[in-house]
Amino acid sequence: MSQTAEAPVTAAPPPKKGKPALSEGKKAERRLGLLLCAPAAVVMIAVTGWPIIYSVWLSLQRYDLRFPDQREFVGFSNYVAVLSDGYWWTAFGVTALITVISVVIELVLGMLLALAMHRTLVGRGLVRTVSLIPYGIVTVVAAFSWFYAWNADTGYLADLFGADAPLTDRVASLAIIILAEVWKTTPFMALLLMAGLALVPDDLLKAASMDGATAWQRFTKVMLPVMKPAILVALLFRTLDAFRIFDNIFVLTKGANDTSSVSMQTYNNLIKGLNLGIGSTMSVLIFIAVAIIAFIFVKLFGASAPGNDPGGKR
Amino acid sequence: MRSSPGRRRLLAAAGATLVAASTVAACGSESGTQINVYYAPEQNFQSVIDQCNKEAGGKYEIVYRKLPRDADGQREQMVRRLAAGDTDLDILGLDVTWVPEFAEAKWLEEWTGADKTAAEDDVLEGPLSTAMWNDKLYAATKNTNVQLLWYDDTVTPTPPATWREMIDAAKDLKSQGKPYQILFTGAQYEGLVVTYNTLVASYGGKILSDDGKSVVMDKGAIDALRLLKEVASEGITDPSLTNAQEQQVQQAFERPDSDAAFELNWPYVYAAIQDANPDRAKNFKWARYPGIDGPGRVTVGGYNLAVSAYSQHKPESFEAALCLRSAESQRYSAINDGVPPTIESVYDGDDAEFVKAYPMWETIAEELDDAAVRPLTVVYQNLSTITSKVLSPPQDIDPESTAAELRDQLQKALDSKGVLP
Repeated sequence: MSQTAEAPVTAAPPPKKGKPALSEGKKAERRLGLLLCAPAAVVMIAVTGWPIIYSVWLSLQRYDLRFPDQREFVGFSNYVAVLSDGYWWTAFGVTALITVISVVIELVLGMLLALAMHRTLVGRGLVRTVSLIPYGIVTVVAAFSWFYAWNADTGYLADLFGADAPLTDRVASLAIIILAEVWKTTPFMALLLMAGLALVPDDLLKAASMDGATAWQRFTKVMLPVMKPAILVALLFRTLDAFRIFDNIFVLTKGANDTSSVSMQTYNNLIKGLNLGIGSTMSVLIFIAVAIIAFIFVKLFGASAPGNDPGGKR
Repeated sequence: MRSSPGRRRLLAAAGATLVAASTVAACGSESGTQINVYYAPEQNFQSVIDQCNKEAGGKYEIVYRKLPRDADGQREQMVRRLAAGDTDLDILGLDVTWVPEFAEAKWLEEWTGADKTAAEDDVLEGPLSTAMWNDKLYAATKNTNVQLLWYDDTVTPTPPATWREMIDAAKDLKSQGKPYQILFTGAQYEGLVVTYNTLVASYGGKILSDDGKSVVMDKGAIDALRLLKEVASEGITDPSLTNAQEQQVQQAFERPDSDAAFELNWPYVYAAIQDANPDRAKNFKWARYPGIDGPGRVTVGGYNLAVSAYSQHKPESFEAALCLRSAESQRYSAINDGVPPTIESVYDGDDAEFVKAYPMWETIAEELDDAAVRPLTVVYQNLSTITSKVLSPPQDIDPESTAAELRDQLQKALDSKGVLP
């Protein structure tokens, strides 16, 4: 956004970075601010920090609920076991594939949807509400309707496409999982992108068309650069979400035919296998993967959290 | 931190409310002892419970807590609660493959003394071995189950006795343009493990050692892989074999245009076909599961009742469990819910009502006499997941290399080092 709008808010003291001396009043204000934040921060640390630390601790142990007597500290051998395992990398590959394909499709469709919602003149509220319906449906419920639609016995979609039992075939299953995921979360993408579209000043577009820019040029040369922060945030959110895909796979294939995601596999090891050591190792690995994705987006592409200076770089 | 004392009070109050709420929920009924039975949905099990409550004469009240319908869901719920030391669970309905796992985790109370004698009395050997772990009794058998060979006697008047005969018959029928398919559970799930285990036992082979601690995978186990591959790849089974669970197998035989000549499935299909396809039901006959040189050795299923180690009413729970699986209760469940009894004397040819509701009782009893048990091991869940994964799809089996893969993966699972797919 425009830098000028922010100037009056932050630039009260002379424009000098670093640690300017604060007045007594400012100090008191800051202390009060910290105090007011403290309870929320403490609660957040308690509910997020402790489980993370605890699972890291569990991941360093041999701890299988079925062998309670054999619990012991084993260092990083769980990590070696998981990272040298074929099943884990298969699941990792499947997860990455689903993430990349579904996010790319969502971005394109979401952009189209956002443009449509942005440009709608009549029934704007209705159009927006309707397009948000898939996002409002509980994922498991939506997944079940896809499941039955593609089921060999009851499925109208399976009949329509003449497929025998698409959910028993790996490629077809993955395609259906991605379809379900895209259908479900494109509205979310569109919503975030629409917020970005609202940032594009009409004057800029008018000026561009005065200069003879075609619609495509206006889109790529004017809108996209201005929207970049919003697009990156949308991509970041969706990538993180897609990487943790669970419900759709759980309902659609239960991970059969090598369609397990890393989250499914973690669930299988933790809840079905009762192996707290291996299961926690997997959740820590997912946490690390998610952290790396976030890092790449924030540091390399310069995405920033919404409300955190939409102007881009800080 | 001026605000902290107030905050702490608030937190304490919130905590106290939570604790109070859960305590209130925990002791719902004040009057008398309540015994909670966690058991899979079974249509007429409530009548069995009502009968036992009558016999208890107010000493305790048994309450039926229904578990989810699918086995994984049942196990997950119990496991989660037992891992947290939940004292609300008294009697647990365990699938025959779960006893070692639960016993080893110290979640089950051992059966001793008079209770043990009563629970072992007159029980068939195969089912009884599923209730034991390390030579101790941890559960009382409630019902068992075995698959039979179902066939259409207009297609094959004499059923095949061995797999070889069945395969030849199927090829023969196919060339004559008659229904020919051999249907069995071939999807990637427990059902495929059951089929494979039956084949291995019929060959006299072994997957695990008797103590369940090491992998054997002997010649019989490899021969079974070869046979499984042959059946799956010679075009004599359902094209959607890799999607076939019990229900799909059952429906594929019931369809009016069915191409199936043979079905290997649990006895419930007999009742099911009467409604689904009355025409075919008239010719729907059963025989012993085929084997290698004679009848096969069939994998037993079924349920056992165990008492939770966290139960607060153990003596009453043992008594209640014994009533729920007594000979009368088992007879009632066999007639009304179709589940085969584990007590030998219930298989009584003079009992007209039983014989009428259960015409295939004699074949079931014969199979039970020489039944096979799935490998008894603490990590059965892992073993089953891995076996079904490695065997899928059955037509891609390569006997030697599949056996090597199974050996390697199963050993890792036994050491609880492996990763589940």
